[in-house]
Amino acid sequence: MDYYLQILLIVGIFITLTLSLNLINGFCGQFSLGHAGFWGVGAYASALYTVFYALPVHSSINMIIAMMVGFLASAVCGILIGVPCLRLKGDYLAIATLGFGEIIRIIITMTEKVGGPRGFINIPHWANIYWVYFIALLVTIFMLNLKRSAFGRAIISIREDEIAAENMGVNLFRYKLFSFTIGAGIAGIAGALFAHTQQFLHPSNFNFMWSVCILVMVILGGQGSVTGSVVGAVVLTIIPEALRFAGGNISAWRMTIFPVLLIALMLARPQGIFGPHEFSWKKRRIST
Amino acid sequence: MTIPLLILENVTMKFGGLTAVNDVSLQVNQHDLVAIIGPNGAGKTTLFNTITGIYVPTSGSVEFNHKKLTNIKSSDITERGIARTFQNIRLFKDLSVLDNIKLAKHTRIHYGFWAGIFRTKKFHQEEQKIEAECLKLLSLFKLEDKKDFLARNLAYGQQRKLEMARALATAPKLLLLDEPAAGMNPTETKELTELIHLIRDQFNIAVILIEHDMKLVMEIAEKIFVLDYGQLIASGTPKEIQNNKRVIEAYLGVEIEASL
Repeated sequence: MDYYLQILLIVGIFITLTLSLNLINGFCGQFSLGHAGFWGVGAYASALYTVFYALPVHSSINMIIAMMVGFLASAVCGILIGVPCLRLKGDYLAIATLGFGEIIRIIITMTEKVGGPRGFINIPHWANIYWVYFIALLVTIFMLNLKRSAFGRAIISIREDEIAAENMGVNLFRYKLFSFTIGAGIAGIAGALFAHTQQFLHPSNFNFMWSVCILVMVILGGQGSVTGSVVGAVVLTIIPEALRFAGGNISAWRMTIFPVLLIALMLARPQGIFGPHEFSWKKRRIST
Repeated sequence: MTIPLLILENVTMKFGGLTAVNDVSLQVNQHDLVAIIGPNGAGKTTLFNTITGIYVPTSGSVEFNHKKLTNIKSSDITERGIARTFQNIRLFKDLSVLDNIKLAKHTRIHYGFWAGIFRTKKFHQEEQKIEAECLKLLSLFKLEDKKDFLARNLAYGQQRKLEMARALATAPKLLLLDEPAAGMNPTETKELTELIHLIRDQFNIAVILIEHDMKLVMEIAEKIFVLDYGQLIASGTPKEIQNNKRVIEAYLGVEIEASL
């Protein structure tokens, strides 16, 4: 049972993470490759709080505080990296954020107080599957409502055409920085949940590979689609695990089969499973 | 009524060694319908870009509604009441026609971020109001039945119209149209002529257009400014411009005495 619970936990955390990157990458169109860095900052900052500075209150309240610490720490990093980097575009922004993600990881590795390269141990088990899915649900609702508000429209307009967006009165820098900061902050919350369900953190949890992995979930689900992000996170976490049980050669080759499936899916639907749209029971009109 | 709305004083725009706009001074009054013409590369679009804050003029000043526009962000200039369309259409192609217009209402929306997240009563009221306004605007441009289409799926002429509608949705006092008739057939151009008149009168705004279609310009503009190599070489009524020697020279070249 533990194995399945663990997978469910990871799925829930990745839903939150994918949604947070979708805000930066899918909504605002800013190509960020350092998202695992924000995730790591949130995880370590919240664990730092609970291990060393926890208040003498009930663990649930402490968990809420830990998530706020994770959010704030990552959001501050988002501002620090966003202010200089968001002037860059496309590939250049990707490289700058990639560099940031690695810097974070190395700083964590060098910090003795959080265990350095040995990892951070003895983190209290204050979060569980209910926490994880409650937060995932909240973030999903937040994103859906944001998308349908004037604020979200302004962010999406930046992705569509920066010059035209500015011409409609959208302050580009303000909205880019907003999505970057909130996206980073939500990744920080996911980090806090990760830390307090796993009870152990290691710098290698937050390396470049994971940034790419979250990005693939966003793209596969459909950039700009909230429901797509949820599906992307679920599918991409479960497929590699499900292949373990396929038996025989398939299990042995699962990490080869998995990328092939990804390639096939991207060829079939280059815009992602949902494209920019949301999942809906109502039939969409052909014209749109 | 001649209340000055836009005043350009000695505006110069240099890109390195190239002077795209050279010492241009002009005035546009409220409710004016003026045209800027000139050969290709005369600096017409650059002039638009300096007015809308995309470029900061090298020297000189732009004054709009009695306030200087120097060092003001492009997005804030929109809020103050200048809207424009682009020479190469810049719609939000993957959004619906209605969303394109709604976006233009950005600076006129009066609910906060959290009202949108919690979908409060105020949010619903404002959104309904905006949607009604947008639909009204779309029907004026005869695009209401296309409201759910993606902007990219509209016909070319409709895209141009949508861009104008979107510019108008920002509730401007001055509308800048950059070659609105480019690529349109004669019927569409005729329709456009009527539309521009209608816009000016119904919304009670001033319009400046850049246009190469001389028939349209002469028919529509009350006043014409002629640019050549970045300089303002003439201004006046269509009639005056048609007979202006310098304008003819700029378009057709200088007559050389037939000595050969």
